[in-house]
Parts: sequence; C-alpha cells; structure tokens
Amino acid sequence: MVMMMSSKATVYVRLKDGVLDPQGVTIQKALNHMGYEEFVSVRSGRFFELEIQDNAPNLDNRIQEVCAKLLANPVIEKFTVEKS
Amino acid sequence: MKFGVVTFPGSNCDYDAFAAVKHVLHEDVEFLWHESTDLAGSDVVILPGGFSYGDYLRAGAIARFSPIMKSVVPFASSGGLVVGICNGFQVLTESGLLPGALIRNSHLRFSCKFVHLRVETASTAFTHGCREGEVLKMPIAHGEGNFYHFAGDIKKLEDNGQVVFRYADSRGRLTPEANPNGSTNNIAGICNEGRNVFGMMPHPERAVEPILGSSDGLKLLKSLATARATIGVAR
Repeated sequence: MVMMMSSKATVYVRLKDGVLDPQGVTIQKALNHMGYEEFVSVRSGRFFELEIQDNAPNLDNRIQEVCAKLLANPVIEKFTVEKS
Repeated sequence: MKFGVVTFPGSNCDYDAFAAVKHVLHEDVEFLWHESTDLAGSDVVILPGGFSYGDYLRAGAIARFSPIMKSVVPFASSGGLVVGICNGFQVLTESGLLPGALIRNSHLRFSCKFVHLRVETASTAFTHGCREGEVLKMPIAHGEGNFYHFAGDIKKLEDNGQVVFRYADSRGRLTPEANPNGSTNNIAGICNEGRNVFGMMPHPERAVEPILGSSDGLKLLKSLATARATIGVAR
C-alpha cells in the first residue's frame, strides 16, 4: 500500500490594526447586550488549512506567496502561518 | 468605439451594461468570456457588477486570476480604457489596477437605493462630458463598497485628483448622511494615476433612461464613447 505523505499549514488572516471591522464591532455589541460586558473589543478573521505534498520544494516561500497573492489582501489584511 | 463587457461566473450586471451600450448609447459591444484571453479589439473594457465567483474569499479576489484578466491588465497598463462598476471596482482593486480596497459597509447591511454623486474632476475619459461639481443620480447595490486606504495613500489620491466621484446630497454637499457605506472622504469612484482605469460602486449602466429613474449614467458612457476624439486617449 502506497501512502501519500503530506503536511499541513494553517493560515490565519486578520484585518490590519486600524482597519474598521464592522463585523467584530457588531459581535462585541451583541456580547455586551447578552450581559458579557467584560468583552470590550472583538476583531474577526478567518483561517485556512492547507494540506501540502511532502517534500514540496521552496515551501515557506510558496506559502508566503499564496498568502500575499490570494488568501489575504495586503492592503487591508495581515496573515500568520503555522506549519504542522 | 468598441466596448467589451466581461462576464465572470456570478456577474449579474453584464447584460445591463451590454444593453446600455448597444441599445441606448448605440455603440459596438461584445461580451468577453472570463475563460478567454481575447479582448476582441475592444477600446473600452467594462468589468460589470455582480458576485463574481460567489464573492468567495473576498469580493473580486478570485476573478482577478481569471484568464481574461491576463489580457485586461496589460491592456490597462498600455493605456486602454477600463471601467469597473461595483463588483468590477472590487476586481480592479484586488488586481492592483486601482489603489485601496472595498471593505464591508460600515453599517453591515446590503445597500440598494438611489444616491447622488458629485463629479470631482471632469478631466478624465470617463467624465469629460460632465461639469466639475455636477451632481449625478444613480443607484447603488452593494454590501462591500466602503472605500478604504491608509491616510497617506488617501492624501496621494486626493492630491493627484484621482477621486472622480463623491457621495453627496442632491445639492452636492458632502454630508455624512449622504455617505451610504462609510467610504473614506465620501469616495464613490476613483481613477488610476494614468487616468485610464476607473472604478465606481454606483451603477451608471442602470441609469441610462428616464424610465429607470435617471439617465445620468449615460453621460459617463457618452464620455467614454467620445474619449478618443475629445481628449486624445493615449493608445
């Protein structure tokens, strides 16, 4: 039996500091209305799980490329990558 | 002038744009399929409104990598006229042909109504048929039309005269109430430094006959149709 080996990378994309996040603001207000008044700010974001062929060459650079070109819009968003 | 209207999967204003050019403006127009790289000899390329690729990821983010954009980008870079309306504006910012980004409306709601726009510059191929300060009426229909850029970049846009339209009231006053989505400085439409690429959130193609509630959008299409003759577009 042949096993295809792969690794994973998780990409977290969030709005840059200072960029208005109306969704986060709305969630934060809802929390306060629910009685959770200690939550004074919420920033929303999203994450992507990438499954990657083992031994893929130049992987770190390739991940940075797809983040900057597609997964995040560098005008308004920043990203972090966790590999596992 | 030959117009080309791009159809992405999820475009829903492509037929409106096509009809406005063909039946009201009476200019030559052709649909350009997203999987093609052929601009069919277009002098003006329109990226229409809609929800290209389902707005997945971010509005316009996937359309940017479609085959037709491989031709639109060099066309724009060589001075060709490109107009992005609504989702088309989002595609242009995602592709880097226009600066800034369109983020979620500040009130989080999809906004669908008539607005007033003040023409900020008439020295473009898109607005030379208007007067500076003229107020145009046309509809908006978007959830992500909040124009955003960092303060320094906004200043550069303003200093270069790249702000083409601002949301205003019917008398041309730039009030917070007239701003339907939270856009910085009430910005509704911009152009690039070369003044040949335009993006706007409102829909001129839906305002081309009185029965539609306004025919002000026709002024912009007429400007494009006569651009080469009037201001000598470098092509």
